[in-house]
Formats: sequence, structure tokens, C-alpha cells
Amino acid sequence: MELVYKLIDKNGLVFAFLVVGIIMYLSFLISEKLFRKKIPGVALAVFVGLLLALLGSKKGIADIPLFSGMALLGGSMLRDFSVVATAMGADLSKIKQAGWAGIVGLFSGVFFSFFVGVLLAFLLGYRDIESLTTIGAGACTYIVGPITGAAVGAGSDVIAISIAIGVVKTIVATIGTPLIAKTIGLDNPHSALVFGGLIGTTSGVTAGLAATDPKLVPYGAFTATFYTGLGCLLCPSVFYFALKAFLLKI
Amino acid sequence: MKIYGVALLAFCFLFGKLLGNYLGVLIGLKSDVGGVGFAMLLLMISYTYFKKKGVVKELTTQGILFWSSMYLPIIVAMAATQNVNAAVSQGPIAVVIGIIVTLCGFFLVPLISKIGQSKNQK
Repeated sequence: MELVYKLIDKNGLVFAFLVVGIIMYLSFLISEKLFRKKIPGVALAVFVGLLLALLGSKKGIADIPLFSGMALLGGSMLRDFSVVATAMGADLSKIKQAGWAGIVGLFSGVFFSFFVGVLLAFLLGYRDIESLTTIGAGACTYIVGPITGAAVGAGSDVIAISIAIGVVKTIVATIGTPLIAKTIGLDNPHSALVFGGLIGTTSGVTAGLAATDPKLVPYGAFTATFYTGLGCLLCPSVFYFALKAFLLKI
Repeated sequence: MKIYGVALLAFCFLFGKLLGNYLGVLIGLKSDVGGVGFAMLLLMISYTYFKKKGVVKELTTQGILFWSSMYLPIIVAMAATQNVNAAVSQGPIAVVIGIIVTLCGFFLVPLISKIGQSKNQK
């Protein structure tokens, strides 16, 4: 048995291929036989992934030494590499066509996430500007939250909450997108571009779209990739000062 | 050869990320701003260009297609390596805000998609 552990430890990435392959196979099987494809196999597989993540802590299942290869397979390097590869199937003219809507979506996405986050934090009892700003930033993505929190000097507990909000957002986008796609008209490249800009968490947007319709992934990913940068730019500066000016007036 | 496709993809990826990092420095952030987006644009443009010139062979395309199809399993692995415990353990505050904010985003999609589409119809 020890020999097996050693072997897997040395070949973590290869083992991760096997593990994910098995998860995908079982998920597609269950989706077909049990749910008659009403719940897409991909959505099910991603959900199983999230459940497995509960077994570990910071790096999910990769915290268990046996599964450490999952961190490499699911890390940002390979993720971004494969996301870029999906662009080959994307239509440049459609991106051009939806350009303005995408930009409007991007700015309103950051704007609404931040201020809805601030409003909710306010209702839940937070009053100091630093905490409000950090929580609002966390409502953008789990990267914008801690960067903003560090910039404005928020407490580490609030920063932890802001990261948690971002992760919850990613999970909700992953599970919720395929369920709500029809209702919000998310079935064409145009709305996928807007969607990517509005939700912004690259992982949530791409996983959610993949479960909805893999053809839409490149469009959503395209705008989502600008979101975190825009959030890091606006939250600790313009939004922070705007919030400060607004709260001082009350 | 398939590796030509993978190499083209790798070039676009690295060059796009480089542009993203430069843009980040330019606006005073230490992070990558839109690197993946630039890389995607590069790939779309260069692939169409090479295809027009007739240098792209079937196998080259397959090299890129392979990575594009690896996308789903990578997403599953990514889901399995998220800090889901942190999201759950921070209590209801994080969950409530996270859910409401995402739902707001969902329902803005039809609204903002409309703006762009009505413009195109004119």
C-alpha cells in the first residue's frame, strides 16, 4: 500500500486526470439514468467537485496529500490555458457586435456588486467605512475583497468574510447559472458577454456557462477576465471615497 | 503537427498575460488585468490569419482543440480545490450577501443585453 501512495504522490497530476475522469463518467451516468439529462452532467460533476472540496480546507481536496495533483490540474495556469483555447471556437464579429453591451455590463457589474454588498453589510450592522468597502469589494470577487481590504486597512476578520462572500458568489454562479439561464435569456453569445461582465468571477462564470452551454464559455470568459482588475481598480479608490463622502453626509 | 497548435496557443497565452500584466502596472495594480482576454483575442486573430494563409493543417487545429476540450475536467478539478469550507464556516453573513449579490447580477443580464441588441437592430 505504501508503494501505491508513493507512486501517486510522485505522479499527482496523472492521478488527478484519473480522478476527474471518474467523477465526469459517474456524473454523466447519473445525469442520464437518474435525471434523464434534466440536470446536465457537467453541472453535476462540478457540484460533486464542490462537495469533495469540503473534505479539505484552504485548497479543498488538494489539502489531502493523495489528491494534491488536483491543485495543479484545477489551478489558474491550466485553467487559463484551456479557457484561451476555447477562443478558437468563438466568433470575433460577435464580440465586436456586443462590445458596448459587454463594457456596460462590466462597469455595472462591478458597480452593482459593490453597492449591493455595501447596502447588505450596512443592514447587517456594519457601520465603519473600511469594513463596508471591503465587504462590498468581496461581493465583486474573492480577489477584489482582500486586495481592497488590505488597501483601506480593514480587519482580518472582515477580510475573511469578504473572501467567503466571493467564494459563495462563485458557487452560486456555478450551480445557479444552468438553472436560471432560460429565464434570463442566457442562450446566445451576446448575453453571455454581458453575463460574464456582470457576474465577473472567472471561475463561476466559466463553470456556470460550461454547465449551461459550453459554446458560450469563451464569450463569458472574455469579459469576466477584465472584471477583477476593474474591481481592484475602482473599489479601494473611487468607490471608497464616494462611500466616505456619502456616509459623512448622513 | 499537433504541437504547432499547442505552441501557438502557448504563445498567445503568454503574450496576452504579458499585456495584461503591463496594463496592470500601467494603472497601478500589481495584478493581471484582462490577460486572458488579450490572449483570446490574439488566438482568434492569429488563427484566422494563419488559416487564410493556408499554413494551418488539420493536426495543428487538433492541438488547440484538445486543450479546449480539457476545459470541462479542469473546471471540475478547480471546483474540488476551492475553499468551500471557508465560505460555509464564515456563517450566514457571507452566504446571504453572496447569494443576493449573485442573484442581482443574474437579473441584470436581460436588462443590459437589451441595451446592446436594440442598438444593433437600428
